[in-house]
Amino acid sequence: MNDLTTLSVGDTILTEEIPLSRASLIDYAAASGDHNPIHWSERFATEVGLDGVIAHGMLSMALVVAPIADWLGDPGAIVDYRTRFSAPVLVPDAESGSPATPTASLTLEAKIGAVDAEAGTLRIDATVRAGESEVLSRTQIRAAR
Amino acid sequence: MPVNTDKQGASYSLPRPYEVSREAIAEFAHATGAGASCHFDAEAAAALGYADVIAPTTFAVIIAQKSESAYITDPESGIDFSKVVHGSEQFSFTRPIVAGDRLRATTHVDGVRAAGTNAMITTRTEITDDAEAPVVTVTSTIVVRGDAA
Repeated sequence: MNDLTTLSVGDTILTEEIPLSRASLIDYAAASGDHNPIHWSERFATEVGLDGVIAHGMLSMALVVAPIADWLGDPGAIVDYRTRFSAPVLVPDAESGSPATPTASLTLEAKIGAVDAEAGTLRIDATVRAGESEVLSRTQIRAAR
Repeated sequence: MPVNTDKQGASYSLPRPYEVSREAIAEFAHATGAGASCHFDAEAAAALGYADVIAPTTFAVIIAQKSESAYITDPESGIDFSKVVHGSEQFSFTRPIVAGDRLRATTHVDGVRAAGTNAMITTRTEITDDAEAPVVTVTSTIVVRGDAA
């Protein structure tokens, strides 16, 4: 894990733009076993009152923690990860060509929320938006050496 | 049928352990942008002190959702899955999940309460290894939208 003595509360450690496509949703459905049709059928999604196909909240949660785990150097250092799903992320089909063409994206900004170099513990607070809307809220990652 | 508040306190267990494979870890890592070599390469994981490749942070949701589904699909729970919205999720780790783990899971229905026409449900899934030692606790809240929504 990183040298915690060099970190201060409020430091921005990462900013990332994470692309999403319809193919991302299908890949996640297969890998996770979550085959809810709101994540792949436009007709079904609109029938249940959504504006269209949306990303799995758990896909957004997973995509956000990956670069943070990379930054930590050891994904196993994460001892707690929590978030709230505050708004859906619409992922339209690409207008033409490959369904792997990104049609939406998440923006991640991760900051140091707390650090205790002596105890070897760290809290990272993440802000996650899709366009103007905050899609994950109160997102916190705790890590320990 | 409305959501059954009498289910608060009920528990549901996976009928058999979930066996964690290197392939499942690699597929989940690929689908979630988790590019660290310790998810794909046992030697890279060993360099970090792990017995085999380790799972990405949210991999436990696969096991938790299998266990939760026993509750959600129980006709007595009164949950219409087409009206379920995910509210929040939390993973609290004792240790990372490692390929080769045989994991057991028990979902506890910690809270079922009405919120207007909706119901808010909190489940806590305790995931343990073959020796019944704790691995990760997955806490999830879902909102079941009422007919007026």
